[in-house]
Amino acid sequence: MRIEVRNVTKRFGNLKAVDNVSFTIEEGKLIGLLGPSGGGKSTLLRMIAGLEKPDEGDIILDGKRVNDVPPQKRGIGFVFQNYALFRHMTVFENIAFGLEVKKVKKAEIRERVNELLKLVGLEGVAKRYPHQLSGGQRQRVAFARALAPRPNLLLLDEPFAAIDAKVRKELRTWLKEMIEAIGITSIFVTHDQDEAVEVADEMLIFSNGRLEQQGSPIEIYRHPKTPFVASFIGESRVLQHPERLFGFEEAVGRGDKSAIIRPEFVEVGRERELSYPRSAQPGIVRQSYFRGAHLEVEVEVEGNRLVAYRSLDREPLRPGEEVLVFIHRLYVLDGSSAVLVENPLKTDPLPVHI
Amino acid sequence: MKGSGKASVLPGFGLSLGFTVLYLSLIVIIPLASVLIKTAGMSFSEFWAAVTNARVLAAYKISFLTALLAAAVNVVFGLLVAWVLVRYRFPGKRLVDSIVDLPFALPTAVAGIALTSIYAPTGWIGSLFEPLGIKIAYTPIGITIALIFIGLPFVVRTVQPVLQDLDQDVEEAAVMLGAYRWRTFRKVILPELAAPLMTGFALAFARGIGEYGSVVFISGNMPMKTEIAPLLIMTKLEQFDYEGATAIALVMLIISFALLLVINYMQWRYSRRLKTG
Amino acid sequence: MAGAIHAELRDAASDRPAHATESRGVRIALIAVALLFLGLIIVLPLISVIVEALSQGWRVYVASITEKDALSALRLTLLTAAIAVPLNTLFGVAAAWAIAKFDFRGKNVLVTLIDLPFAVSPVISGLIFVLLFGAQGLLGPWLAAHDVKIIFALPGIVLATIFVTFPFVARELIPLMQAQGVEEEEAAATLGAKGWRIFWRVTLPNIKWGLLYGVILCNARAMGEFGAVSVVSGHIRGQTNTLPLHVEILYNEYQFTASFAVASLLALLALVTLVVKAIVEWKSGQRRTDTEGGAG
Repeated sequence: MRIEVRNVTKRFGNLKAVDNVSFTIEEGKLIGLLGPSGGGKSTLLRMIAGLEKPDEGDIILDGKRVNDVPPQKRGIGFVFQNYALFRHMTVFENIAFGLEVKKVKKAEIRERVNELLKLVGLEGVAKRYPHQLSGGQRQRVAFARALAPRPNLLLLDEPFAAIDAKVRKELRTWLKEMIEAIGITSIFVTHDQDEAVEVADEMLIFSNGRLEQQGSPIEIYRHPKTPFVASFIGESRVLQHPERLFGFEEAVGRGDKSAIIRPEFVEVGRERELSYPRSAQPGIVRQSYFRGAHLEVEVEVEGNRLVAYRSLDREPLRPGEEVLVFIHRLYVLDGSSAVLVENPLKTDPLPVHI
Repeated sequence: MKGSGKASVLPGFGLSLGFTVLYLSLIVIIPLASVLIKTAGMSFSEFWAAVTNARVLAAYKISFLTALLAAAVNVVFGLLVAWVLVRYRFPGKRLVDSIVDLPFALPTAVAGIALTSIYAPTGWIGSLFEPLGIKIAYTPIGITIALIFIGLPFVVRTVQPVLQDLDQDVEEAAVMLGAYRWRTFRKVILPELAAPLMTGFALAFARGIGEYGSVVFISGNMPMKTEIAPLLIMTKLEQFDYEGATAIALVMLIISFALLLVINYMQWRYSRRLKTG
Repeated sequence: MAGAIHAELRDAASDRPAHATESRGVRIALIAVALLFLGLIIVLPLISVIVEALSQGWRVYVASITEKDALSALRLTLLTAAIAVPLNTLFGVAAAWAIAKFDFRGKNVLVTLIDLPFAVSPVISGLIFVLLFGAQGLLGPWLAAHDVKIIFALPGIVLATIFVTFPFVARELIPLMQAQGVEEEEAAATLGAKGWRIFWRVTLPNIKWGLLYGVILCNARAMGEFGAVSVVSGHIRGQTNTLPLHVEILYNEYQFTASFAVASLLALLALVTLVVKAIVEWKSGQRRTDTEGGAG
């Protein structure tokens, strides 16, 4: 199903939960709506489902405006955050519910439910009740129930939020494979960027009811368009005095621009360890944390606190130690846009140093 | 009933439990046991004759049927009242919500004379039905109305909190699967309310069987026709027929306790399902 | 009544989205039926008490409730409640403390036994004390020999009232104290607080609204109990007549206005109970949102 959202706004009292949002989603894609809690993602999902009505704007499914089509008639499957399984029905009856509504013949229902039970790997528990299942199993039932009436679009509201961290990763992969196998257009909401990056073909990033950016995870990671996206994605930090960093005096210096940095942009070490030792500037190690696969070093440079990763193969740095720091690139924020600026000293070392 | 399973730093276990058990025994257990002791003094044939006498059987029947009917009416209207109070907005809702508890708070004798004055042939409502040849007060219909009054809050107050806590999610799940309102109500909401409705029914029924004050005025107390079992106990006591009164009381106690067990079992099962569900 | 509702429903009929509620027509119909039902079954009797009580004017009304026997019935009712309510309150707190704060075997049995009086017909509640203390009762001959009167006297009335109102305070407190757990009390204990201090400073502030509601309900029932007291009282005017029994006697003597006048006092008691209940619910609801807000 092709989904088009045009200038949609939704207010709850004085709060604009969704603020003039427009986007298009092509058929067959797996889309992640990502953003902090209260960013308007769930409200948008519910408007597409028909569970909320937009105050302004249109929702268009397969070229047809559906604002006034009741949710029952939209042909959309919905997986709720806490699954919302029918407690007094068995797994089988839960999955069969949507088919019974459609007045499908008994034999066909049986066949379809069994097919779905097999698909989600729950053949053995058809006669159990929801309270007899584990969290992961319940999620699978909710998934199968939503798919039973063969919807054209599957919406999932925080599908992994209610599951133990351990099982969550496993279910993520499972869900992605399952949706790809069925080939159904799907949209899921999450506040967890790892989850969105890992599962989605395409991400839509929301903040304060506005759509900040749409694109593939890699694209968004590499080219964040707005200050919000630059700071939300990855382990980003806002710098206090970016103009004091070697190489960025000019890029940042003019006007009141701020800058965002990520650990992978920063190189920290002793003189001979760095790739551009002559363009590096001194800094002092403040803290050093062991993070399993690497060390995380917090270093202070001219009033800026930076974080860098350091391989475990290298000699550890001690707090208080003076080191050299080289910044490969920065996101420079100018008003409402974010620009990635490479350090000019990498290609154009100052002649004085030669 | 001995020993604290949990090693507790809190004081007063022995004192509070000791007082509880002592007071319970003195006020409830020993007096109730007197019914058993009294009936134990009767031979079985005496006992059987006392509880199967035609007038006694008629009284059981009246008490049982009117209580059953009233509880059934209360299940329907209690659900309606709870539904309207939980789901809709209307002016004076809080007042209406408070009014539902009136039967709990109003002394039964007051309810009895008030209902009688309204539903008597000369009363505000009774006079409307009199020309149609329908008598309400002094008939089983009157008894049923009094028991509806007494039992209503039991149903409303057991259904209301469950309805309040029902997740909107579940209804929306049904909606997303294509179900409209009536089907959602029947297939999704009503089964969730089945347990509290049953509990409310049992509570209203149990109360109805034993009710005295609100019924004696409106029932007319005609033997074989509108005489309820509690009144018959009263009559036998006034005639100093203690054995007869006690025998009827024992039968009623057994029915009540059976109902109490059923209610507790249902609530236990329901809370267990909620816990794991 | 229906017209007024109809007019105001237009603005705000339901908080729920269209797919999760009924159509406007159905909503109005359901509200109308519910209100009609409540009106006929509950409100109308209350109104009739007031109308009948005042049907012969204020002077007759005042005379009816200040008449000698009525006042003596009022005194007996107040006295009975003054004995029964504190005793059951003490019991309710003790039982709730033992049941909610400790684990022991047989707890479920104990809880069921506390509920028992709810399941017993009021008439039987009176009967059991007649069987124990009446002239033909188990202890009757002994009591007669020592010239102690229980049945057809104040002690019998008090006993029957205590039995009938036995579970009210306990029933209100047990779930409340169970929900609150033992952490606060344990914290107080580890800080060196001793028994009564823990109860007064930690437990009581947490349960005061529930306790108040339990006491109010217990009191309403104690003052209004009819069936059980009727069995043990003997209906001696001016001596063993409580207010509800006095209502009955007047009614049976066809003194309807006087009967309803006395009944109106009891109806007032019921209304006060409902108001207190509303206040308690409002207060405890406020407290709950306060603590939720603080935690969030």
